Amino acid sequence: MLEIKNLHVSVEGKPILKGINLTVNAGELHAIMGPNGSGKTTLAQVIAGRDMYEVTDGEIIFDGKNLLKMTPEARALEGVFMSFQYPVVIPGVNITYFLKTAVNAMRKHKGLEELDAIDFLTFIKEKMRLVRMDESYLSRSVNDGFSGGEKKRNEILQMLVLEPRMSVLDETDSGLDIDAVRIVANGLNNFRSKERGFLVITHYQRILGYIDPDYVHVLKNGRIIKSGGKNLALELEEKGYSWLVEEQPIEA
Amino acid sequence: MNSDLQTIEKHISQEYKYGFVTDIAQETIPAGLDEQVVRLISAKKNEPEWMTRWRLKAYRNWIKMTEPTWAKVKYSPIDYQAISYYSAPIKDSKKLKSLDEVDPEILRTYEKLGIPLEEQKWLAGVAVDAVFDSVSVATTFKEQLNKHGVIFCPFSEAVQKHPELIKKYLGSVVPYTDNFFAALNSAVFSDGSFVYIPKGVRCPMELSTYFRINAANTGQFERTLIIADEGSYVSYLEGCTAPMRDENQLHAAVVELIAHKDATIKYSTVQNWYPGDPKTGKGGIFNFVTKRGICKGDNSKISWTQVETGSAITWKYPSVILKGDHSIGEFYSVALTNNYQQADTGTKMIHIGKNTKSTIISKGISAGYGQNTYRGSVKIMKGAENARNYSQCDSLLIGDKCGAHTFPYIDVRNPTARMEHEASTSTIGEDQLFYSNQRGISTEDAISMIVNGFCKEVFKELPMEFAVEAQKLMEVSLEGSVG
Repeated sequence: MLEIKNLHVSVEGKPILKGINLTVNAGELHAIMGPNGSGKTTLAQVIAGRDMYEVTDGEIIFDGKNLLKMTPEARALEGVFMSFQYPVVIPGVNITYFLKTAVNAMRKHKGLEELDAIDFLTFIKEKMRLVRMDESYLSRSVNDGFSGGEKKRNEILQMLVLEPRMSVLDETDSGLDIDAVRIVANGLNNFRSKERGFLVITHYQRILGYIDPDYVHVLKNGRIIKSGGKNLALELEEKGYSWLVEEQPIEA
Repeated sequence: MNSDLQTIEKHISQEYKYGFVTDIAQETIPAGLDEQVVRLISAKKNEPEWMTRWRLKAYRNWIKMTEPTWAKVKYSPIDYQAISYYSAPIKDSKKLKSLDEVDPEILRTYEKLGIPLEEQKWLAGVAVDAVFDSVSVATTFKEQLNKHGVIFCPFSEAVQKHPELIKKYLGSVVPYTDNFFAALNSAVFSDGSFVYIPKGVRCPMELSTYFRINAANTGQFERTLIIADEGSYVSYLEGCTAPMRDENQLHAAVVELIAHKDATIKYSTVQNWYPGDPKTGKGGIFNFVTKRGICKGDNSKISWTQVETGSAITWKYPSVILKGDHSIGEFYSVALTNNYQQADTGTKMIHIGKNTKSTIISKGISAGYGQNTYRGSVKIMKGAENARNYSQCDSLLIGDKCGAHTFPYIDVRNPTARMEHEASTSTIGEDQLFYSNQRGISTEDAISMIVNGFCKEVFKELPMEFAVEAQKLMEVSLEGSVG
């Protein structure tokens, strides 16, 4: 479903990603781990289409389409979702209104009828129960005054509401206490299906204990230096990242 | 980031859609201003001698005055002798008895502007006075209002039919000595709306005036006078548009509001005069307006709400004199400057009575090369025990070539006063747009969402149909504006 081929990315002339190859098939969940500064967030943002990153080589194909040629909103409408590591505050913009606009943009894209206010409320309240969010959220502004945990749960809520086929979660577990990690993982697990692919970027093994990844990759210095099953995550938890330096990088 | 800004820029440059000209026979007097012209205008309107004298006094006062230069706006000097001070559709020489007598071309104009004058087509709850260049062409729902004793008519008609009210109140809030533009207006004003709400009457519908400038090289000088007698209530709206022309056109209006004991006046404006060419800044309306109300009696209330999206230059400070004890003054404003527009706007709240309260909420939005200034003054006079003021001035910048400026003046002469002032400046961030895009929301929708969120506190003060109108207007005015 998502194929990343030989992806090279620079920021202000400085190479960050140096040849990433990764394929996520429908139904799979891939975890990407790695130390700070390894390029994890860059990878997520390039998939979503942030234009401060310069793709110097390689390509990203989504369902046979060249993702790099598409605007961020076109990617979103095609079914690519990114959960932000630092969700953005939009003061004065009501979250219900924001989400309804997003959902209806998606529906319109799919040729479906737009939801009216009442249908939308029924729909979103049901999703909110899945991530245990209180209805009072609906009257707040987008991420305004939200705690770190509330912001992350709000990201997962948006994923559930927008129903993307490919979800990239950028450190959705960081800054969450253990209960919140469980809630987020639960929301994610319920959402998993044969049709959907996931790329879960994380610094810690913790969340992987709840979501059972199919593959684990280690990203370091802009390269995937090791790939394996979920046991790799446990190994990393135990030994850290430094032992991997000794190994030969997997050639791009 | 640049590509985002370019997209925004594209959206924000939608064209002004009210820029058409109505082709109609009009009588326009030659350009220039002297005592003869003032007499001529007065004669055209068949005015009584006292009215002519008042105009002449204003004129003689005006020629001694100089144009104010303290506002933070730049424009080339106005040649007051190059402007025609009176223009009217020719048919109007006789009084119109019904809409059938209004030139169909004018009716079509208002239809095109979304203001049908046929009563059955208009929202049931709004009575409209339509002012076309210098004259009022139609007033709707007159009979229904008469039943309640409400007077709502063109200003020139009020001079004939209600001279006692005009003599008593005209210039009582904005004297012709007040400022340069008010003096000019007092000398040459052509028409406008007059409203009187009798004691204890709650006006059964919204009253509305729709101003349209059509003729070229003509100034528009209308005068609005609203009197709310004891215990009455009125909500009044005004809307304005003008054709696209390369020359600047002067609009210098005066609005006076008088609220007696326990009366409330709510005055809303949606101003969308032609803002000038978006690329060159050429043309557009110079909007130099004096608006002031007096809370004369105890427990009276005056509330100004304005949405200013048009005009090349806006210079206006709707103010309230809080004379009655426990009186309330409010000012809610959204001013948007895009492309080469400039706005210097704000309010004055003058607290004289005891326990008076004022609220100022100002939202300035600048885009393109727009320059937006909030200028406000809160005065607490010596006898104003326990006066309270809350001011909030927020600026939103879109792009990096525009400017926002805030000049709040505070003058407190009574130690019991309580003043609060809050101000903020924000921008529409590239990260906010990206976040919205990532959720499938287009940049255009994201901007209008953020702008409307920013203006929410003001829009909720507008009557409902107009709040929707104002939101749409913001979208149109912003289209293509971020640079």
